[in-house]
Amino acid sequence: MLSDFFLKPFSDASFRHSLAAVLALSFSAGPIGVFLLLRRMSLVGDAMAHAILPGVAIGFLAAGLNVFAMTLGGLVAGLLIALVAGAVSRATKLQEDASLAVFLLVSLALGVVIVTVKGMDVDQLMTFLFGETAAKMTAEKLFVIAANSTASLIALALIYRPLVLGCVDPGFLRSVSRADGIAHLTFLVLLVLSLISAFHALGTLLGVGIIIVPAATARFWTRDISMMIVLAMGSALVSGAAGVLFAFHAGIPAGPAVTLAAGILYLGSVAFGRVGGLFRQAFPGRHLEA
Amino acid sequence: MTAPLRFQNLTLGYDRHPAVHHLDGAVEAGSLTAVVGPNGAGKSTLFKGIVGVLKPLAGAIAFDGVQPRDIAYLPQVAEIDRSFPISVYDLIAMGLWQSKGVFGGIGREDRGTIEHAIETVGLSGFEQRAIGTLSGGQMQRALFARLLLQDARIIVLDEPFAAIDTKTASDLLALVRRWHDEKRTVLTALHDLDLVTKTFPQTLLLAREPVAWGATAEVLTPDNITKARRMCEAFDEEAVACAAPEPA
Repeated sequence: MLSDFFLKPFSDASFRHSLAAVLALSFSAGPIGVFLLLRRMSLVGDAMAHAILPGVAIGFLAAGLNVFAMTLGGLVAGLLIALVAGAVSRATKLQEDASLAVFLLVSLALGVVIVTVKGMDVDQLMTFLFGETAAKMTAEKLFVIAANSTASLIALALIYRPLVLGCVDPGFLRSVSRADGIAHLTFLVLLVLSLISAFHALGTLLGVGIIIVPAATARFWTRDISMMIVLAMGSALVSGAAGVLFAFHAGIPAGPAVTLAAGILYLGSVAFGRVGGLFRQAFPGRHLEA
Repeated sequence: MTAPLRFQNLTLGYDRHPAVHHLDGAVEAGSLTAVVGPNGAGKSTLFKGIVGVLKPLAGAIAFDGVQPRDIAYLPQVAEIDRSFPISVYDLIAMGLWQSKGVFGGIGREDRGTIEHAIETVGLSGFEQRAIGTLSGGQMQRALFARLLLQDARIIVLDEPFAAIDTKTASDLLALVRRWHDEKRTVLTALHDLDLVTKTFPQTLLLAREPVAWGATAEVLTPDNITKARRMCEAFDEEAVACAAPEPA
């Protein structure tokens, strides 16, 4: 019975693709989410996830349900929007959260209008918004996601030092190096790549869940950035695998299943986390000698 | 004597309002200069101009054989995100950026250098602590350790002893003296005139316009100090364009 639950799904190739994709995604989503969190850009990530939708939709408009066309469309739209949004917020001093909220709503609306005009049926639209139902994934999508994650990990390793220093002490980094701008731009590109992967695996609305929630979970367990990245990866891996398995058996879309699993880990960490968890705050134990 | 920094009719400011007005003069190599003046006198502004954060409204700073990377700068309020999960050791190690850059590895010898700097500022035992757990004075010690590692020829310190207890201040002052002995050029903004008289051979008294610049004893006369206080009036919204002729 139990072995059925865990082993039977593996006889299904599309489930295997789906699981492999979520695991690959976790490796890039973990660190990207950590940096989003530490740069106080979680909301930016959320907005960008929606902002790539019109690009993906245009890809769909041009080539139908072609993974590569949609990826390219999302990539172009995401980069364009990252640059424009950065320039707008620097130039206008408009309240950033307000402009992000507007961005998020308008792009989601635009994306949905484009795909429905082209004649996407309701099942496909559900996949679009919430990810593969019952975790059934094609090999092409897996390929795109794995390639994105591989590229992201290599690029992250290259910009790691300026990226960290740019978060801790941006003034100092600017005084010793010009790597600041390059690191930030590269990070935005990697963010877009991860968002596209997340879109393919988990859909538009909840894809960003596997990026942001595990990072927030990790923050409750450590005061060290490297450890935080490892924990965020681990938490994404666990919730990704559990979510996909759950989606397969329950026949629900992968997006909500994975995000819910991540949310459970998050709630547990809020309650019992070693760093700032509620339980720990309520019962800190007797004060120390020194 | 060579002068690595020379101010030429330098005017620095914000939105066309000058905060440092028509400053002329040179900072000599190996000098230890106190920059003194009331709040709003333009001390921080001058430092931002030196490190290139602020572009001059008029005039210029001439650098003689000095690259931007030869200048180490400790701002009055560092932009450090104290909640960031990074250790004291890693924060201090960033001082090696000039020699290591983005990709350079930190080897055994470098670790020795870093540990020595940490020991020098008296933070041994704090290496693995998160930076968020440091007190104000401990953080200032950490930033001085980072300055030590930067090994710069010119060191610019903006009120490094503000809000710090006397023990910490005297420990850090010893480092400033050591940098002077090592023939580095040091500029420090501070308010404690006794300390200036005791430790700093040169003083620039600034009140938006330079009041006096030279040997400390000659600069810090009661007359000059009163003059500086009087000159530091408020920012005038209605100020008209400065009529001083632009040098050719």
